[in-house]
Amino acid sequence: MIHFALLISRQGKVRLTKWYTPYPQKQRSKVIKEVSTLILARGPKLCNFVDWQGCRVVYKRYASLYFCMCIDPADNELETLQIIHHFVEILDRYFGNVCELDLIFNFHKAYFILDEILIAGELQESNKKAVLRLVTAQDSLVEAAKEEASSLSKIIAQATK
Amino acid sequence: MSPFSSGTRLRDMIRAIRACKTAAEERAVVRRECAAIRAAISENEQELRHRNMAKLMFIHMLGYPTHFGQMECLKLIAAAGFPEKRVGYLGLMLLLDERQEVLMLVTNSLKQDLNHSNQFIVGLALCALGNICSAEMARDLAPEVERLMLCREVNTKKKAALCSIRIVRKVPDLAENFMAPAASLLKEKHHGVLISAIQLSTELCKASKDALEYLRKNCIECLVRILRDVSNSSYAPEYDVSGISDPFLHIRALKLMRILGQGDADCSEYMNDILAQVATKTESNKNAGNAILYECVQTIMGIEATSGLRVLAINILGRFLSNRDNNIRYVALNMLMRAITVDAQAVQRHRTTILECVKDADASIRKRALELVFLLVNDTNVKPLTKELVDYLNVADPDFKGDLTAKICSIVEKFSQEKLWYLDQMFKVLSLAGSHVKDDVWHALIVVLSNASELQGYSVRSLYTALQAYGEQGSLVRVAVWCIGEYGEMLVNNVGMLEGEELVTVTESDAVDAVEIAFNRYSADVTTRAMCLVALLKLSSRFPSTSERIKQIVGQNKENIVLELQQRSIEFSSIIQRHQSIRSSLLERMPVLDEASYLVKRATTTQATISADKLAPAVTPGGLKLPNGVAKPTASPLADLLDLSSDGASATTAATTTTAPSDFLQDLLGIGGTNSSMAGVPSSASTDILMDLLSIGSSPSQNGLPASDFTHPGPETKPVPVVPEAIDLLGSLPSSTSVSAETKFTPVLPKAIDLLDGLSPSTSISGLENTAHPSITAFQSATLKVTFDFKRQPGNPRETAIHATFTNLTSSTFTDFIFQAAVPKFIQLKLDPASGNTVPASGNGSVTQGLNVTNNQHGQKPLAMRIRMSYKVNGEDRLEQGQVSNFPSGL
Repeated sequence: MIHFALLISRQGKVRLTKWYTPYPQKQRSKVIKEVSTLILARGPKLCNFVDWQGCRVVYKRYASLYFCMCIDPADNELETLQIIHHFVEILDRYFGNVCELDLIFNFHKAYFILDEILIAGELQESNKKAVLRLVTAQDSLVEAAKEEASSLSKIIAQATK
Repeated sequence: MSPFSSGTRLRDMIRAIRACKTAAEERAVVRRECAAIRAAISENEQELRHRNMAKLMFIHMLGYPTHFGQMECLKLIAAAGFPEKRVGYLGLMLLLDERQEVLMLVTNSLKQDLNHSNQFIVGLALCALGNICSAEMARDLAPEVERLMLCREVNTKKKAALCSIRIVRKVPDLAENFMAPAASLLKEKHHGVLISAIQLSTELCKASKDALEYLRKNCIECLVRILRDVSNSSYAPEYDVSGISDPFLHIRALKLMRILGQGDADCSEYMNDILAQVATKTESNKNAGNAILYECVQTIMGIEATSGLRVLAINILGRFLSNRDNNIRYVALNMLMRAITVDAQAVQRHRTTILECVKDADASIRKRALELVFLLVNDTNVKPLTKELVDYLNVADPDFKGDLTAKICSIVEKFSQEKLWYLDQMFKVLSLAGSHVKDDVWHALIVVLSNASELQGYSVRSLYTALQAYGEQGSLVRVAVWCIGEYGEMLVNNVGMLEGEELVTVTESDAVDAVEIAFNRYSADVTTRAMCLVALLKLSSRFPSTSERIKQIVGQNKENIVLELQQRSIEFSSIIQRHQSIRSSLLERMPVLDEASYLVKRATTTQATISADKLAPAVTPGGLKLPNGVAKPTASPLADLLDLSSDGASATTAATTTTAPSDFLQDLLGIGGTNSSMAGVPSSASTDILMDLLSIGSSPSQNGLPASDFTHPGPETKPVPVVPEAIDLLGSLPSSTSVSAETKFTPVLPKAIDLLDGLSPSTSISGLENTAHPSITAFQSATLKVTFDFKRQPGNPRETAIHATFTNLTSSTFTDFIFQAAVPKFIQLKLDPASGNTVPASGNGSVTQGLNVTNNQHGQKPLAMRIRMSYKVNGEDRLEQGQVSNFPSGL
């Protein structure tokens, strides 16, 4: 299973964290610090796996972002790499040529997408289009609710005039 | 609205934070925002709750505390609208974890949402439950989740299945409830549902044996069909990953197959065909294909596969190993490590490639390869493998040297078949990476060295040569210095040359130079320096000609700012200067260290750090004059080595000897009389082990005189006024105490003998008749010959009476002759008085002495003894020593 997913920038800034194994808050920041120093220090041509505290961190760099996932040593590292790529492809399709800024300003969207890909540290959906469909369907639900609210407030505003 | 509530939008806040140039600015912005959010919370503002939660999540991600927002999550979740719920659940998963009690409050909302008519809201609830539920929540909500697994909506089904994984992890007892729904989901067509169902089944198999059996019976066909369908399926754009249809489903199915097939021949047979198909047909030019192959190999290795299939798997691994992609090589090494239990022979075939990987530029690969090599080592290949690794140690980068050194050392220790090889490898490692060698490793080396009497000469010479070239390696310096101190004369005289050994000419002053340089090296730490001082002191007795120089070197440190070194210098100086008469016996070679007990100790005590220093001043001997102060046993690393730790609190302080021998005796008696825990045993590194040999250390309060019959050959023994306490002390020592008489006394101690004489029940050996065993020559040098005759005690095979005969082979008479012997712990030794203390020249008569030996491990361990003869020739001190290992068998 995936214990946690972590997105860090080249400067070591955290862009997304998702914990599937309970780590207390204090330990979380320690983990982030350890893993990011471990990964940021690695050169470009080395393999994408690092042993860390009895687990294995699989990471891949996309532009300025490092996508990291911590898995059990018995899990398939190559598949985890593929899951990371899966996630990145969906992000890319959702945002349309995703960049770090998209993930900063719309971090919650990234979380929503991740929640459609992983639950309990296991893969949920291998179909990229299905994930996108689900996320956009929920987005439009939110939009509809917003519109409803604004039209409602307009009606109220008109009524109270 | 509160004045703090700026009402900035999320986007604006993120911009403001990003615009901050310093951490302080960022903190200020965050503080301001947090204040606004708190204010909004306390005013219970509805409209901004949703936005504030998003802000809090961002702030949380930056690492600031956000616990005050936890309740807001619950409120959002309890709200009716989808947008609120969506943000609320996200906040719940981000800001809380299952340990927080707040989480319990959400159970009811979750239950309602799981029953909601909107599938997306059900999805949100399932997702939150699957990611953070606690055991209590799992129990409460399991029925809902179980029901949702069978609903019609595919998205809900797969989420419910994954959510069940979390539930089963938290409460394994619930596994049986999910068996049937999981099995039914495996019959679906939708890939998302299949993946989820397969993962759930995998988890169920781990959680419960019943589930495993159930799934074996009911699902194996399903599973094989799923895998066959997906691997044979034509191009499907939505699942395609670089030409392979849904690699994720492939991999998950293979993984479950591994679990089902493990230890089940029928299941395994059922899978053989499809596994062979996947293994042969999958393209291996892209990561996705390799991931499948990797999983397939794991499954083949895991199940009861046919040998043909195994060969296929090993071949794939071989291909992986020679792949240029680091990731592929990494997983290959990983897999080989698991395959080694299945087919060690096949893994051995890749040994050379694996060894290459140890030298890879990538630390992850190196580490993996090294671990694999460690598993590959066996008795037949240990030598070439070690050679490779040691060679690589030369060029390995510093970060890796630590790991590599530790592994080499443990390989060498584990697989050494001959001592010489072990020593050679250890010397190489010490030379190349001495600073990475752990303390316990070089301690063990010293124990081995001390037991390998025939290799000591070779060792000291090798270490001396290595020291010249690699003086910067800490552990090498320590071992070398210790050896030079102990076996200095072998270094100079080339004693015990091995075949093919290069001749080195080292003069006495060269040896002293080496130690001096080691001492003065800037990188030397206190322990090393302390060991250097001990070595110098020992050399001063081994090489009388260098005594003056050593005195100077040691003297220079009398004002050293490190107390340990200062104390040693002062004490050692006084030994060199004022106690020449006893120096040689004081500085005799360390008795052989007990290898077996050291190994046991090393295994059990991870870190016994009872420092000798703490123990030393434990008891202040009242009314006792301490002429030279109290010498400490050596530094703690050695103390550990020397068995000190087990001695508990017994103060093993050793009194250095006094100015005049008679004083010394008085001191000794005084010590006994005042009941202090002082042992009249000369101090040096050997002290502790001596204590041990004498079993004094283990008696909690008392270290009396070495309780045995002192050999005193003096004919003019005069009775002395007996100090009653001393007698008491000696008399009360139980006869079972394993006592070996390491007599430490110069012949000017006439009184002690009488004192002790009365205590020795066994008198001199009656004769030589009934010798069941042939006589042996226990020791022979150019000057002295010692023969042992044996007589067994009838009825007690453990006891042997030894009659020692000392013959002088030179033309000058030996005076003040003293024979001393030491034995391992399991042997008890009693020395009878010798027949005289003068050995006539040219073999015209001899001195004899009786020894009674009791071997407590008769039949298991042979007798062993170290002996030492000190005497004077024309007033000059001489010392000879050796180890008797040629005792007839059966003693």
